[in-house]
Formats: sequence, C-alpha cells, structure tokens
Amino acid sequence: MVRAKIVSKETYVKNGGMKGIFRRSFLGIPYALFLLLFVVFPLLLIVVYAFTDENGAFTFANFVGFFSNATNVSNLFISIGIAFITTAVCLLIAYPVAYILSRFRSARSYILVLLFIAPMWINFVLRAYALREILNLLGLLGKTNFLNVIVGMVYDFLPFMILPIYTTLIRMDKSLEEASADLGGNGAVTFFKVTLPLSVPGIVSGAMMVFLPCMSCYVITDTFGNSKIPLIGKLIETMFGRASDWNMGSAIALIMLVIMFVTMILTGGFKRESTERGNAL
Amino acid sequence: MKTKKIVSYAFLALVLLFVYAPILVLIIFSFTDAHIIGQWHGFSFDLYVRLFTVERLRNMIVNTVVLAALAGAISTVLGTLGAMGIFYAKKGWSKSLQGASNINVINAEIVIAVSLALVFSMLAFNRTYYSLLIGHVAFCTPFVVLSVIPKLKQMDPSLYEAALDLGATPAKALFKVVLPEILPGIVSGFMLALTLSLDDYIITSFTKPAEFDTISTYVYNAVKNTAKSELPAFRALAAVIFAVIAAVVVVLNIRANRKTNKKIIENKEIKR
Repeated sequence: MVRAKIVSKETYVKNGGMKGIFRRSFLGIPYALFLLLFVVFPLLLIVVYAFTDENGAFTFANFVGFFSNATNVSNLFISIGIAFITTAVCLLIAYPVAYILSRFRSARSYILVLLFIAPMWINFVLRAYALREILNLLGLLGKTNFLNVIVGMVYDFLPFMILPIYTTLIRMDKSLEEASADLGGNGAVTFFKVTLPLSVPGIVSGAMMVFLPCMSCYVITDTFGNSKIPLIGKLIETMFGRASDWNMGSAIALIMLVIMFVTMILTGGFKRESTERGNAL
Repeated sequence: MKTKKIVSYAFLALVLLFVYAPILVLIIFSFTDAHIIGQWHGFSFDLYVRLFTVERLRNMIVNTVVLAALAGAISTVLGTLGAMGIFYAKKGWSKSLQGASNINVINAEIVIAVSLALVFSMLAFNRTYYSLLIGHVAFCTPFVVLSVIPKLKQMDPSLYEAALDLGATPAKALFKVVLPEILPGIVSGFMLALTLSLDDYIITSFTKPAEFDTISTYVYNAVKNTAKSELPAFRALAAVIFAVIAAVVVVLNIRANRKTNKKIIENKEIKR
C-alpha cells in the first residue's frame, strides 16, 4: 500500500512536470478567494464594529452596555434555555424514530425516512404559519407563548435530529449487537451498552444542528410567541434594522459567535473521546 | 414481541401526524377562498386560479425558484472545486480552507446575514440581486463541500494517476475519471443547496433589494399583517408542492417494490 503510494506520487510529479505547473489543489483557489471576501472579511468587520463607537473610535462600551442591561442578559439565557429544551425534546422524539426506522430491513425503510424529510421541501415560513393557525384553532395562540415557541422549534428542527442519528444507526456494525446478545446481554443491556454509545456521534451532530440555529431562529419566536419571547438573534436583527445601532448589533453578533464556537469546540472534544471509546470496543 | 411492534408503529404514526398536520391543514383550506384558516366559505378552486393568474404571486414564485437554481448551481460548482482543493492541498492549506469553509456551517444565519450586510454597505453596491445571490451562495456552498469530500475520500486515488499515465491531460482526467466518481456527492450537495436556498428567510431579508420578494420574505411579512395580502393563495402553492412530493415518493416506492420483487424472483430461480 505504502509502496504503491510512493510510485504513484512519482508519476504524479513527473506528469505535473511535463504538463506545466497544474496542481489539483489549485482548484480550491476560487472558493478560497470567495471565503476570504464573503466569510472571513465580513466577520472581521463585525469584530471591528463591535469594538468601535459610531465615530470609529476604539471602545468596550458596546459590551459593557450589553452586559450591564439585565434584560439583555436574561434574553441571552432565555435563548440558550430555549435552544437547550428544543434540543432535548427533539432528541427524545428523534431517537426512537431513527431507531425504529433503522430496524426496517427492506428498501422501504429509505422511503419511510423520506416521509419524515419530505415536509422540508415545503417552505418553512409557510409551514410555521400553518402550525400557528392550528394552535390558534386550539385556542393556544397568545396564551402559552413559551410552549408554542418550543412546539414551533421542535416542528422545524426535528428532521435535522432524525437524519444524523438514523445515518449512524444504519452504518453501525450489526454484529456488535448480535455479539452482545450471544454473550447473554438482554435487549436493554445491549441497547444501553452497545447501541446507544455507538450512536453518540450521530446524537452529537444532530444536537449541534438543532442547538446552534435555535438560538437565532427568530422567525419561530415571532410567529409562535407573539413576538413576546425575545431571542438573541432577534436583538441583532433589531439593532441592524429598526434601532440601526450597528456597533451594538455587531457586539451581540460577536458574543453569539463566541458562544457557537465554544459549544462547537466543547462537543468536538466530546466527539473525539466517543470515537476513541468506540474503537476500544 | 408483537406489542413492541404495535407500540413502535403507533409512535411513528404519532410523529408523522405532528409533522404532517400543518400541511394537511394547508391542503384542506386550499379548497376554499376564506381569508383565514379555520373558516370555510364553500368549496372552490379560487386560490389555485389566483396562484397561477395573479402576476405578483407568479413573479414571487419564479423569483424564488430562479434564485434557488442559480444559487444551487453556483454553490455546486464552487463547492465541488473547493472540496477538491481541500482534499488535494497540502495539510496546512487544506486545514485552513476546510476551517474557513466550516465557519458558515456553525455560524448563526443572522450573523452571516448582518456581516454580509456590513460588507455590502461598505462596498456601496448595497442591496442588489447580486448581493442576494452572494448571500445564498455563501450560505449554501459549505454544505456542498461537506457532501463532496466524503466521496473524494472513498475514491481510489490511483485512478486519476492512472488516467494521467495513460496520456490524459489533467482536465480530461478530472472530467472523465474524478467527476463521475464523486457525482453522487455533487448531486446530493446540489439538492441540499437548493433546499436551503428555497427555505431561507433571514439571509434573504438582509441582502435582498427592497422591492424584491421571495416566498419566505413575503409570507413572513404577510403573517404579521394578514389583511390585504395574497397569503391564502400560498395554501394552494403548498398543496401543489405536496402533490409533486407525494408523486415522487410513490414512484420511488414502486421502484423499490419492483427491486425487492425482482430479488425474490431471482432468489426463487436460484433455488430451483
């Protein structure tokens, strides 16, 4: 294997030498330029705006202003709380769904999975509006704002939790479960000692796909919460919209960015550990 | 054993009911011209007629679809090239490109939106169709990259070199050898980009020109202010989209059935 690699590398260099200086890595250049211009540079602008006042002078005032306002801080915690509850509820519904779907043996299991994902093709603002009208008919709209927001969020994000868990479950080596059963583990033991630990990577990536966008999905809070449940994302929108305080808006965006990357790094570490444990099995 | 099966089917049915209830409501009330869901003004196809005849609605739908198709196509080309760049570059470059690409996967949509709005206001080409398109491409491309890279990893690396050894130019080797191998990843990346673009509200609202509306932005504003909007017609749109999806699922189901039937027949023949 190693030898084959060396030989092929030589021929690669030889060919490269003959055919000019083309390298396949050059294909990434347009995307690299695009990312620099429209991803990295904009984020740097956010950082600059966050640390300056409207005259462009350096200041910490935006952050001091944000954290000294009790409403802002409580909004931050409410956002994280809503994201957390939504993730937990999604997991509780999605795991059994993914588990049951992964047990179907025929080609039809794929179609059942499709059934859960298909609604995503209908515009999500439109579906949210329809669900809102259902809550309205049930007499819940405007009364149980917090609950309605959770229902809306779960409705929107559920497929994002089902899919990664389902994928890890069907890719799992089934012989491990059989081995557990052969060694005397009953259904529950096999599930908790083998299946569940092995599906942790799917759970983690599903949780990330729900938790992170949840904190800023103000479309849902506006539609279901009577605009009474403040999300941190809404605050940013207001700062860039009606309030037109771009510096403050950038500061809040930066705070959110930090929360996201910290969450990502924390769970990334968790993921590595879990795969190591998976290998140890 | 049997109760277990019943319980699991019941659970699936319950979740599906939750997932499809809003869509069913939209479909049912697409056959009446009442302004508010829950009221029934008699059966009519009025909303369907409006959907295809009111120019404003038609423009909005065309806008949304064209934007998604353009953003999807550009994202797919850019993302496929980017994925190859990440896969074939030296470790340092590869890692930093991959890292930069993943930023928008993790990042909140609102942060992507406002940071782009800052750039566009700075470059003084403010909010035009191009800024909207760039916003969608910036949002969709990382997902294309993520679906193409696994296919590059699965590919036998010596195929490309074999093509070169047999006299193909790098361009020909890429198009005739590498591209067909990673095509499934490219297709699923394109589908993903299309879905993301069709559904997007937040980035669209921050990068679109004032008079331009997609389905998302129109419905979002119409829900807040239902009075004189064309909102009811969107119930008909939901029904039409649902009919198309249902047809696709049925076709797939029939094909899957045929495949399993074939297998059963083949197995029987082998046994004979």
